[in-house]
Formats: sequence, structure tokens, C-alpha cells
Amino acid sequence: MGSQGGIGQSKEFLDLVKSIGEARSKAEEDRIVLGEIETLKRRLVEPGIPKRKMKEYIIRLVYIEMLGHDASFGYIHAVKMTHDDNLFLKRTGYLAVTLFLNEDHDLIILIVNTIQKDLKSDNFLIVCAALNAVCKLINEETIPAVLPQVVELLGHQKEAVRKKAIMALHRFHQKSPSSVSHLVSNFRKRLCDNDPGVMGATLCPLLDLINRDVSSFKDLVVSFVSILKQVAEHRLPKAYDYHQLPAPFIQIRLLKILALLGSGDKQSSEQMYTVVGDIFRKCDSSSNMGNAVIYQCICCVSSIHPNPKLLESAADQIARFLKSDSHNLKYLGIDALGRLIKLSPEIAEQHQLAVIDCLEDPDDTLKRKTFELLHKMTKSSNVEVIVDRMIDYMISINDNHYKTEIVSRCVELAEQFAPSNQWFIQTMNRVFEHAGDLVNIKVAHNLMRLIAEGFGEDDDTAYTHLRSSAVDSYLRIIGAPKLPSVFLQVICWVLGEYGTADGKYSASYITGKLCDVAEAYSNDETVKAYAVTALIKIYAFEIAAGRKVDILPECQSLIEELSASHSTDLQQRAYELQAVIALDAQAVENIMPSDASSKEIEIDKNLPFLNDHVERAIEKGAQPYIPESERSGFSNASYLNSQDLHDIPPSHGLRFEAYELPKQPSVPLTTPPISIGSSNELIAVPEPAYDRGNQAAVSVPSSSNSGPAEVKLRLDGVQKKWGRPTYSSSSPSPSAAPSQDTVNGLTVSNGATSVTPAISKGRETTYEPTRKSQVVEISPEKQKLAASLFGGSSKQERKSSLGGGHKTAAKPSGGHGAETSVKKMAVPAQQPPPPDLLDLGETTVATSGPLIDPFKQLEGLLDMVEPTSSTNNHGDVNATKVPDVMASFGDTATAVEHGGNHFSSIEDVDNLMSGLSSATTDVSSDGGIATPQSTAQISKGPNLKDALQKDALVRQMGVNPSSQNPNLFKDLLG
Amino acid sequence: MIKAVMVMNTQGKPRLTKFYEFLDFWCVVLCSRAENVSNFMEADSIFGPDSRLVYKHYATLYFVFVFDSSENELAMLDLIQVFVETLDKCFRNVCELDIVFNYSKLHTILDEIIFGGQVLETSSAEVMKARISLKLYRISYQNSFWLEE
Repeated sequence: MGSQGGIGQSKEFLDLVKSIGEARSKAEEDRIVLGEIETLKRRLVEPGIPKRKMKEYIIRLVYIEMLGHDASFGYIHAVKMTHDDNLFLKRTGYLAVTLFLNEDHDLIILIVNTIQKDLKSDNFLIVCAALNAVCKLINEETIPAVLPQVVELLGHQKEAVRKKAIMALHRFHQKSPSSVSHLVSNFRKRLCDNDPGVMGATLCPLLDLINRDVSSFKDLVVSFVSILKQVAEHRLPKAYDYHQLPAPFIQIRLLKILALLGSGDKQSSEQMYTVVGDIFRKCDSSSNMGNAVIYQCICCVSSIHPNPKLLESAADQIARFLKSDSHNLKYLGIDALGRLIKLSPEIAEQHQLAVIDCLEDPDDTLKRKTFELLHKMTKSSNVEVIVDRMIDYMISINDNHYKTEIVSRCVELAEQFAPSNQWFIQTMNRVFEHAGDLVNIKVAHNLMRLIAEGFGEDDDTAYTHLRSSAVDSYLRIIGAPKLPSVFLQVICWVLGEYGTADGKYSASYITGKLCDVAEAYSNDETVKAYAVTALIKIYAFEIAAGRKVDILPECQSLIEELSASHSTDLQQRAYELQAVIALDAQAVENIMPSDASSKEIEIDKNLPFLNDHVERAIEKGAQPYIPESERSGFSNASYLNSQDLHDIPPSHGLRFEAYELPKQPSVPLTTPPISIGSSNELIAVPEPAYDRGNQAAVSVPSSSNSGPAEVKLRLDGVQKKWGRPTYSSSSPSPSAAPSQDTVNGLTVSNGATSVTPAISKGRETTYEPTRKSQVVEISPEKQKLAASLFGGSSKQERKSSLGGGHKTAAKPSGGHGAETSVKKMAVPAQQPPPPDLLDLGETTVATSGPLIDPFKQLEGLLDMVEPTSSTNNHGDVNATKVPDVMASFGDTATAVEHGGNHFSSIEDVDNLMSGLSSATTDVSSDGGIATPQSTAQISKGPNLKDALQKDALVRQMGVNPSSQNPNLFKDLLG
Repeated sequence: MIKAVMVMNTQGKPRLTKFYEFLDFWCVVLCSRAENVSNFMEADSIFGPDSRLVYKHYATLYFVFVFDSSENELAMLDLIQVFVETLDKCFRNVCELDIVFNYSKLHTILDEIIFGGQVLETSSAEVMKARISLKLYRISYQNSFWLEE
């Protein structure tokens, strides 16, 4: 065969290939290719191109695509070429379309017909070409068009066709299992095909099928074993030998199948022992391929019901792999070790030094594989060494993808096996310091939670010690340049919470440090927010302790700077800080009890305090509330409506598209819509029958609390009811704010909000680094490492449970304790807000007049649907209409208490924090932003699951703060 | 399953690419790995989760197979060997130029070995048979010379 200069290729093409080959740079190559594209574009539209030329053009198009350029202008010509009668042109056409098109491309429809015809062709070469195309181009919808023909081809006289037909069916099965589920018997039949090639091909779909459903293929164990036996005994034609090995690929596939079939099935496994043992013995271990088969045997042995003899030979082979000089074999050895270690942990000890060698090998792939192995064999006795190693390695690499992976592994191991909390905190500090940006924020929350909750049932001294050591370590680290944001958040939170707790550091020292942080990372609003909140806490503790507060000048300037910040969040915090400083000790003590971050806050979802109001409303003739379950249609309507937001009359001026909710197709029933009839005419209807323009039909989809500003609130005679179907009226209380005395509101807001209670307590785990020096003549350092890695392996291992179950268990989940807490809160709640603070509130909140507050307008957009519905602006809310507001939000209560939005914030406004909340009110109408207290209730959800549900609910309600400003109170809401 | 096959030369120029599964993007920078390291790499960051690649270096060409965890790495390495041996039989001492200029032939051979991401045929003799039958066809039907695929 002439190869160079390929027959029939024009000089032009040869030149192209040559010039690209000689191109010195990517830019030069691109230039050449672009020129070629222009040429081809011109040529392809010329009339009467000879077929031979056309074929070359198509090849050139393929070439262009391969070089990464777009050749879509020529696709249609490739499609046309598949219609040609000439086999070679047809093949070229099929080749090109399989390379160009994916299965969902529009042009496929033009090919299906040709494929159908070609599958029936007498010429098996054409059939093969068509089957090639079927495999690549047929999608779920077009399967029925070709399925009958393909099934027919299973009986074709040519084995090449049968083979490909099997593979095509396999492909169909992968794409849409249901389409070929009735054809499984065909695969079984083909297993007995005379041609080994077809039989081998049939193993592919069978492997897949068995993977999905082992039980229905148990009867084939005997057949597979006997096939494997025949293959191993060299019964197949010589042509299938590969380097003197009998059909190794078929052996490998059979071993994979046997591994699946024998897994957890003693009886089936027993049938396999002999043949697998034979292969172990016979297989030529000098060639690559022989080792591949052996490796597959090891995989099989580790998967089927264990047999001591086979395990022994597997261990021997692993030893051979690990001792080999070839990195490929070492790699497989490590991998195999990882598989076998589950069955016989002691095997790792034999190979400890080999494993350590691999760990220090310059080969990255091998190193990573070894870390994977170490990850599998980690237990409390060696976790310190392993995690240490992992972190060292993590620091040394640059690949962020892998860094993230290894970080998550470190965290997982540390959480699971941590021998002490001290160690855990130090480890986490290292992780954060070096890869803080890659760590999941939850990890940070876990860390904060651990520091806050400490040792669970341990004594107080240990507590304090843990905290002060954390504070110490953070004060040491804090000066380091360029710390990751997440880490800084943790640092700020801990310093704020415990910085002054043990009296070692003065408030001004800590505040100085915090101001430095806020200054140094002035671009990072989240960090600044954490820092400010930490400042609030420090000052609050100082005030509560009766000490005089000296505000550092840099702190003063920071506050001033932030009160004018563009970020409403920062602004609010700055105002809060100022307000807290102005309060007296008792008030501060109530707002910010010291060390209350881990106290549970109870929420009564039933909102019993609203019962009175409900009853009154019903007496006045209001309709009873429609239970959630009957309101399913509502959500659709609300979404339809919200999608129409663009049509909102221009009088509303502002349009923000930040709300995400319209995109979600459906909302779970749990989304409690609010329905408010205006002027007694219509109440929320459970069907999606809302007309946007119809102001009578009122439904407020989200929990927004203010209607369009210009629409006057008409609440007289409005009928409302809320609550869940199971709602029982009990002990109404005057206001709703849950316990405040138990909660250090701001504290919590920063801290463990909706954090998984997943910090493990490693205390039970025994840490005994039993050091065994087994092998002599090895560097003591390695021995030490080996000992610490493997030494404890035979020790009984006690996994400390992940997930800090005791924490959740210790605290009964919410709901029941609500009554008490509600009573407790009554004290602060009834204090009328100081007038000056109220005034302060006016400055930002005095938007009761129409069209000033952008947030309200935003709300207005949302509520535009039912303009008369909603409650009114905040001015009213603050002044008089509290019950009404509550009422209108009653039904969102579930959402509210979960998500933390204005409902709670309104309470706060009214009850206690009105001054403080001046900014809050404003912000909260944006949804999801609440005063510290309200957030505190939220953050203390009983457990993770609830927290997640809440979060989901909040998102669906569209009040997630992230929709407006992702950084806003991110920390508050977790 | 096998996700992709690539052949490229030492300068990183692609000589053949074939994908059996849609992959978001491919930018293959086969890092300059040392001589005596393993031929396997985890390729998650390039080809998405659960991808590894095996490469083999022949003279000026890298042969790269990308596949998922269900395949045996060492066997894949030898599948490259099968592919190259078949090419060798086809072209008698295959070299980069053969591959450059017989682009479509390469695809034909690959189609015989890997089909829809599964290893179809591993005997190079069988693969050659498929080619020979094409040749016979051409001769018997007296197709014009230039139409050789």
C-alpha cells in the first residue's frame, strides 16, 4: 500500500497537511486552517463537483474539525454523500457524519432513511458502514425506525455484521433500556455464537445487563465459567491470541462478569474458584497483558465470596506488582491492594514499605492512587499521619481540581476519625490556610460549631481551653497575608465570640485585630460583615459586663465608613453596632447573651399567638383558611404571573430580574401561598385562574410584605386565615418573637447557621500508635511512618460516628419548647422601643409614602399580580397594623420561620429592635433579611434535614437573599 | 467504556481524534511526563468525572485512550498496542506520515477495534480481514482506483 501521499489525494490537500505539519505556532496553524475553510466554502458551492473531488473535500472537512475548527458549513455535503451508491463514497459519508454530528443534530433526520435502506443491503460492507452510523447517530426517538432491521441482522451470515448488530443493540440499550428490554434473550442466544468474535462482543451488553440486574443472570454462571475455561485452555482460534495469551480481552471481560455474578453469592462463587485459580497459575506474568488478566483476577477474587486460597494467591500477585519496577504494575498493585484490604486488612501490613515508597514516588498518578488507598485504610490510629501527609501533598500541588478533592478527603477523614478536637481544629486551620477557597463553606460552619459546642459532655475547663487555644492560634495566624475568605470568616467569628471570653486578651486588642482584618480585606464584604459582627459582640460583652467601652479610633472610622457603604448588609451591621453601643447593660444582655451561640431556639410553627386574630376575623365573616393540600393549583398561577413581570406598567420604574423563582416549573405543596381577598370579593382560589389584570382576584405568591406602594391597603373586612390544616388554637400570646434571652442573636447569625451537626467526636477513638519496627535495614524515618500508618491496623478499630449524633439527640428538636420560649421573650418584647431609635428608623423606613423605597418597588413588582392584596408598607407596619401584617403573612409562616424573612423581622421591629432594625426593615423587605433575632430563630433549626427543607422552601418562596445580593447575610442564613 | 481515542504527535498536533461520548471540551496537554512513570493518568479535570487516560508513546506519536473506571487500565494499554500493531500490519512499519495521509483508513481500522465505546475486536488478524474484504470488493467490482477509502 502506498502510504505517503495517499492515492487519489490532490496536491492541494497534501500541501495543506504539510503546511500544518510545519506550522511553528498555533496562530500560524489557525491562519492556515481559516484559509482552508474559506477555500472549501467556495469550492463546495461550485456546481458539478466530481465525486472524487467531493470525497476529498469531505476528508478535508474532517481534518479541519479535528484541528478544532468549525466545519459545520459542509455537514450537509457529508450527509448527501451517505446517499451515494458507491460503497467508498458512502463509507466516507458515514465516517464524516459520525464524526461531525451528534445524535441530536437536526440533520440526522435526513440520514435515518438512508440507514434504513442500507441496513437491508445485500452488500455486507454497506451494512457494516450503516451499523457504524447507527451506533453513533441513532437517538432514543429514532431507535424504533431501525430496531427491526438491526434485530434481523443478528442472524446475518457474516460474523462481522452479527458482531456489529450486537453492539448496536447494546448501544440502544445504553440509550434507552426500555426500547430493547424485550430483546435480552437475543444476547443470551448470541453468547453461543460459533464465532468467538461475536461471542466476545456479546459479553459487552451482558456485562452491562448484569451490572443492572444480577439476579436474572445467575443461570449463566455455568456458561461463563465454561467459556472462560475454554478460553484459558487455548481452545479459541490462534487469531485471538495476543502475545501468546489466549484471547486476553475476552478473559478480562468474563472475569468482570464473574465478579458481578459472584458478589455476595457463595454458591455461584464456588463454581468459579477452580477456573480463577487456574488462570492465576497459568497466566504469563511477564507480559503486560498477562498482568492485566491477573489484575482482573484479583478484582474478581476480591469481589466474589472470599476463598482463602485465592486470596492468598491474589496477595502474592499483589506483592509481585508492588515489587515490580514498572510504575504501571505498581499502580495496579496499589489499586488491587485497596480492593483486597477490605477482605484481609492484614495484607496491608506486609506491604507497608512498598506503599510508602509509592507515596514518595515522583510519579503523580501513583501518588494519588496511593492516597486513595490510604484513604481507604484510615482509622483512628493512623489518621494523624495520613491526614498530615495528605495536607503536605495538597500544599505541594497546583492542580485545583485535585486539590479540592484531596481537601474534601482530608476534611472527611478528620471529621470521622479526629483523635481530639484540638487536633481537629489545628488540622482544619492548616486546610483553610492553604486551600480555604476550595473548602465547602459547610466545613467552616462545622468548625465554628465545634468550637462553639466543644466537647459535648466534657467539663467546662476543657471547653474554655479549647476555645482559648483556638483564639490563640487565630491571633497568631491573623496577621498572615492573603488568607482565604472562608478562613477569615471563621477567625472573625471565633474572635468575636470567644476573643475576650477568658480575659487573656483585652477587648481593645481583639477589636484592633478585627479592624485590621476589615481593613486589609476591604474588597471582601463577607469578611467585613463578619468582622463588624464580631465587633458588635465584643462590645456587647463588654457592656454587659459593665465595663466601659472605648472605641478605638480605627474602629470608629470603620463604622463611619461602613454606615455609608454601598452594601446594605454592611450598612445595617454598622448601624446595629452603633445602636448596641448606645444601649444600657441590661438591654445588651438581652440582645447578646454571652456564649449563647449553641443554644437552641425553638419555633412554634403553629403561630398560636395569632389564634386570637384568626378567630376575630372569622367572627367578622372571613372565610376559613384553605388547607395547603387544596391549594395546589395556586403555585402554577403565581409563577405564570411572575413571568409576566416584564409587562408591569412603567409607573413602577424599577425592574430587577434578580428573582429566580419564575424558572422553577413547580412548587411543592408545602409552599403556603397567602391569599387575601380584597374588599370581600374574592379570596384565593385554588386554581391557576388568576388574571393579572384582575385586581379583585388576589393572591400573593411570595411572602412579600408590601404591595406596590401606590396601592392603598384596604384591609377592612379582608378575610384571612392561615396555618396548617392541623392547626390547633392554643394559648395565644401577644407577640411572636421566640425566646431571645436564650439566644445571642448576632452570634448565631454568624455561626452555626444551618450547619450540619456533623462534627464527629473523636474522643472515643483510641489513639495508640503502636509502633512496630518489623523490617531492619530501612531508614528509621520510613519505619516510623510505616508503623504509624499500619501499626494499629490489627487493633480493633472504633469508628467514631460521623455526624455528631449526640448533639442532635441531646437537644430535642424544636416545636415543643416554644411555649416557654415565647413566654420568656415577652419581657423584651413589651418594651416600647425608644423613640429616638424609632426616629432613626424613619430615616430609612419612612417610605410609607409611595415610590421611594426601591425594595418596596421590587416587592411591588412581585406583587403586581394582585396589587390590592398585600399589607402595606413598613411605615404602617411599624405604626399600627401589626396584627394585620401578621395575618397576611400568617400562611407563609412556615416559610417565614424557616427562611427568615420580614415576618420575623417585623416582629422584631415592633417588639424590640425597632431602632436597631432601621436598616433591617428596609432590607428585609427584599426578602430573607432579618434582624439578628429572627435569624437566630432560623439558624437554630432542630436538625440538618429541617434546615435543608427550610432552605429549599425559602428558595422557592423567592425570598432567598441570594437572589438579590448573594453576599447579604449569607452567613446568617447559612 | 472507552470515551475517546486520540493520536497526537510530540508537538501536540492531533493526528486522529474520535469520541464515543460527548465530552465538553478537549484541550489535551499531555504534560511532559518523565520517561519511567506509569502510563495512566486521572483525567477528571479534563474529561469530566470518572475519566482516566492511558497513553503510549511511539516515536513521535502519543496514542491516548480515555475511558472510565469500568475498564482495566493495563488492558487498555495493550489495546493501544493492538491498534498500533494493526496499523503496522496495514502500513508495514507505520509512521506518523502514514497516519497523517491515510486519515480515513485509520478511522476504518479504529471502527473495527472499538465500536460505540466498547472493545469489539482485539485480534488484529480479524481487523485486517475487514480491510481485506474491502479491498477484494474494490477489485471485484472494478471500482475506479481513486475510490480507495
